[in-house]
Amino acid sequence: MNWFTKTFSSTVGRKIVMSITGLFLCSFLVVHLIGNLQLFKDDGGEAFNIYSHFMATNPIIRTMEIVLVLGFLFHIYDAIVLTRKNKAARPIGYADSRPQENSTWSSRNMGLLGTVILVFLIIHLWNFFVPARFGGLDGVVIENVEYDNLYLKVVQSFDIWWYVAIYVISMVALAYHLIHGFQSAFQSLGLDHKKYTPFIQKFGYAFSVIVCAGFAVIPLYFFFLK
Amino acid sequence: MAGSNPNAKPMDLTLKVWRQKNKDAAGQLVTYPVKGISPDMSFLEMMDVLNENLLRSGEDPIAFDHDCREGICGACSLHINGRPHGPERGTTTCQLHMRHFKDGDTITIEPWRAAAFPVHKDLVVDRSAFDRIQQAGGYVSVNTGGVPDANEIPIPKTIADKAFDAATCIQCGACVAACKNASAILFVSAKVSQLALLPQGKVERQTRVENMVAQMEIEGFGACSNTGACAAECPVGISLENINMLRREYISAKATSENF
Amino acid sequence: MILDSNIPEGPLAEKWDKHKFNVKLVNPANKRKYDIIVVGTGLAGASAAATFGELGYNVKAFCFQDSPRRAHSIAAQGGINAAKNYQNDGDSVFRLFYDTVKGGDYRAREANVYRLAQVSVDIIDQCVAQGVPFAREYGGLLANRSFGGAQVSRTFYARGQTGQQLLLGAYSALNRQIAYGKVKMYPRTEMLDLVMVDGKARGIVVRNLITGKVESHSAHAVVLATGGYGNVFFLSTNAMGSNATAAWRAHRRGALFANPCFTQIHPTCIPVSGDYQSKLTLMSESLRNDGRVWVPKTVETAQRLRKGEITVNDIKEEDRDYYLERKYPAFGNLVPRDVASRNAKLMCDEGRGVGASGLAVFLDFADAIKREGQPAIAAKYGNLFDMYAKITDENPYEKPMRIYPAVHYTMGGLWVDYNLMTTIPGLYATGECNFSDHGANRLGASALMQGLADGYFVVPYTIGDYLAKMPNERISTEHPAFKEAEQNVMAITNKLLSIQGTRTVDDFHKALGLIMWDYCGMARNAEGLRFAKAEIRKLRDEFWRDVKVTGVNEELNQTLEKAHRVADFLELGELMVDDALHREESCGGHFREEYQTPENEALRDDENFAYVAAWEFTGTGNQPMLHKEDLKFENVKLTQRSYK
Repeated sequence: MNWFTKTFSSTVGRKIVMSITGLFLCSFLVVHLIGNLQLFKDDGGEAFNIYSHFMATNPIIRTMEIVLVLGFLFHIYDAIVLTRKNKAARPIGYADSRPQENSTWSSRNMGLLGTVILVFLIIHLWNFFVPARFGGLDGVVIENVEYDNLYLKVVQSFDIWWYVAIYVISMVALAYHLIHGFQSAFQSLGLDHKKYTPFIQKFGYAFSVIVCAGFAVIPLYFFFLK
Repeated sequence: MAGSNPNAKPMDLTLKVWRQKNKDAAGQLVTYPVKGISPDMSFLEMMDVLNENLLRSGEDPIAFDHDCREGICGACSLHINGRPHGPERGTTTCQLHMRHFKDGDTITIEPWRAAAFPVHKDLVVDRSAFDRIQQAGGYVSVNTGGVPDANEIPIPKTIADKAFDAATCIQCGACVAACKNASAILFVSAKVSQLALLPQGKVERQTRVENMVAQMEIEGFGACSNTGACAAECPVGISLENINMLRREYISAKATSENF
Repeated sequence: MILDSNIPEGPLAEKWDKHKFNVKLVNPANKRKYDIIVVGTGLAGASAAATFGELGYNVKAFCFQDSPRRAHSIAAQGGINAAKNYQNDGDSVFRLFYDTVKGGDYRAREANVYRLAQVSVDIIDQCVAQGVPFAREYGGLLANRSFGGAQVSRTFYARGQTGQQLLLGAYSALNRQIAYGKVKMYPRTEMLDLVMVDGKARGIVVRNLITGKVESHSAHAVVLATGGYGNVFFLSTNAMGSNATAAWRAHRRGALFANPCFTQIHPTCIPVSGDYQSKLTLMSESLRNDGRVWVPKTVETAQRLRKGEITVNDIKEEDRDYYLERKYPAFGNLVPRDVASRNAKLMCDEGRGVGASGLAVFLDFADAIKREGQPAIAAKYGNLFDMYAKITDENPYEKPMRIYPAVHYTMGGLWVDYNLMTTIPGLYATGECNFSDHGANRLGASALMQGLADGYFVVPYTIGDYLAKMPNERISTEHPAFKEAEQNVMAITNKLLSIQGTRTVDDFHKALGLIMWDYCGMARNAEGLRFAKAEIRKLRDEFWRDVKVTGVNEELNQTLEKAHRVADFLELGELMVDDALHREESCGGHFREEYQTPENEALRDDENFAYVAAWEFTGTGNQPMLHKEDLKFENVKLTQRSYK
């Protein structure tokens, strides 16, 4: 192994990967949420469909998409490797353990939360991304140009109560994942200072709640108001 | 006599203690009743009482590590009622007193659990992994003699105090015991930080952090998930700041050192 | 046997330098052909093992703890003295030397003490270079404090845990040599016998405390750095595992034991709270810088207090007796340890003690808190106050602390010459394990100084002189002497396991401790000592008839470990009594009630007892043989210590 692979295969190094990919994925969430805000426009989905068409065809976005996929893969891969190592580090557990006395629930259950998010991600991609990218959506003509009507798909999907429930629950899981993950990412990079850390922690909390609430509002909005 | 609380009534307790003959044997929790425990006793004195009773009845007493019994040598361990060193924060097992328990309580006592801390017997675990991590670089390479006058190296008080805070680690292993991943990073980081902060330690700071982290990996400790459990349970209050300092040291060493 | 202290000729200040020049050196290329065994890894052992490794010798280091860092040096709180004179308050090597000889009540060897004061300055440099985080001033330079009544501020400290920080420094130096392969470390391994070949120490027999395996290790020289024997008293401030076994087994093999009756009773410890008590906790004597020691003026008040009819805060100022300030106006609460301890005992003997048992005196910070404010006091003593509160469940900011003296340190130990070699060639003793530097009473912050002085700066020089004069051939552990020693160890173990009596080891240990405390503790007299000797013999006989040790040798067996140690304490205790009985004077920590001034102060007899009493083992139960090393004082004038 050379120094590079050695560095990133240590637990400290893998956590660096986790944190960089995690923060990158956070930035993706912001972009995704801003884009999704088009759904609230009362134009029958016109703006949203143009936006989604742009996202599916723009070469820069397409390149970033690859980076995004890699981000997910590294994040998930390192999470699995670390989890296995962590399990092996304590082969026999305690008969009596009271971790609630010393740490938060979300910090101890990032793997569980992450798994929920992964399952959600698969459902979400299957439902929206795959048809949007590989065909299967109805067409819609906006100003003489034919677009995929992803908006219609959204409306149809969020008409199903259990589908909405999956989304809302998953966003709660994501919120908890981020509440620990956001500030933890800064720690894993060693970014810690009396002056800034309290801000990062508060910001991370607000970020997690606002972003996830923003996503969760969409299915609820469509279910109840459309 | 003493105490504090001359009217405190003796307590009867039920102990569930991990018994394991040796490293290779299977272990189990065994229940022992103890009677007439004074609230002024320390936890280990309560264990002494139990062991004397066991001995008198010809049974093998419970093996546990302990030495100074004043909270500084770090020998005592014990996972008591689900927490390393028991319910009191900032307290080692030897400084924990029975007044923090109630008559009729059931107390579960287990050894530290970590692959890197195999059980020798009962509650005694092998913590030599900690020694090996320090042998990997937890020192300043100076020989005896031929060093400069002590006051030739002025160190700002704030830095000296910070280094001292890190240096108070007693190497008990509660951080590993508390961590859901059995990570040793709080311990390793306390050692790395102390020397990285001081001018004496700066000379070898890159190699030190690289080698100590590498040894930590070899020993089979888990990764840090930043749960903060280690610092919360640390009997001497080692701060999480040290872990972040270790990471800064690690990243900068890996990026700039001469080592491949 | 004539005891030759091998003190170099010449003026005091030049002895050590001259000696260093005169000793033979081992050629650098030959050093790796010599093996040295170091037993014990506290300050004296870890520093010696590391330095030997640096010099190029092959070192094997042993400790019974699971890590060298747990040795009981770690628990020292107050600080370490050094004649740096950084404070410009008139300190010097000679003053530190003088204070130490005087503090030791003129029962220490001048030349050794002077060397100790000389190398004290190097210790601080060494520790700072290792990264030991001593306290500092805002300007970045090292801070000092006055300690234990010293008139100058020469004590370096690291909050309340100087011992831990110094030990971690030595431990890190040791780790470095372990990493280099120059030191092989054997933790959880206990020395149970010394092996001698042709009259020289050539190895040890140890027991692996995990597997029980008895093993031999051969070397060219053996260094014992195994600490003191305060645990003879069962209750002491020593760690539970601190023991005299290595030193005692060496004594049985011919090393003389010097001044065993010189034990230090520390005045500021937390009192005993019940029969179950397993150890005593010391609080740094720096507390006496601001705390005032007192007891009620009358026995009646003390009685009412003990019964709980009144509380401490009901006792008016005029009903309190600040007895140290009253009796010693010049030094007040800062009198040396032995004086403070003895006076606490006197007060309790008069019936004026406090606490339910009446075996405690008050240490009161009310005035200091009034004067400086609670935050200032908390900044100075917060950790000690917290410790007190944790143990006693009382708040020392509101109520005075209760304190009582406890056994803390043993000045006596294996007799060594100027080179720190015992009467067995090739066997060295360093740190608290030897007798050499503190006389009859040790000053505060001097134990750490001596341990590190011996290990870093003395024995590495002197051992070379011994090795240079001997061939480097190694002796196999198959040699009959090793086999004999192994059999000896196994015989003791088998005997202990086979008795299967009714009384536990702790039971015997506690009984011994009580005898020692009552008759050979803070005050001794001939009648009590004779009684104690008979009692110890009875107890020892009973031990070998009726002790109960469960389990087998081939396992981790903590009861068996203790049994070995207590068996030795039962012999050492008798020697302490013999020594105390023979020394018909009072000096330092040794107070014979028959020999006191009209004001109840220790009355020395320099005419007849200005010597080191070194005892030779002649068989268990036999009267040991006394050898005397006369102490010559050429540089200090012997005076009656006065702290009035």
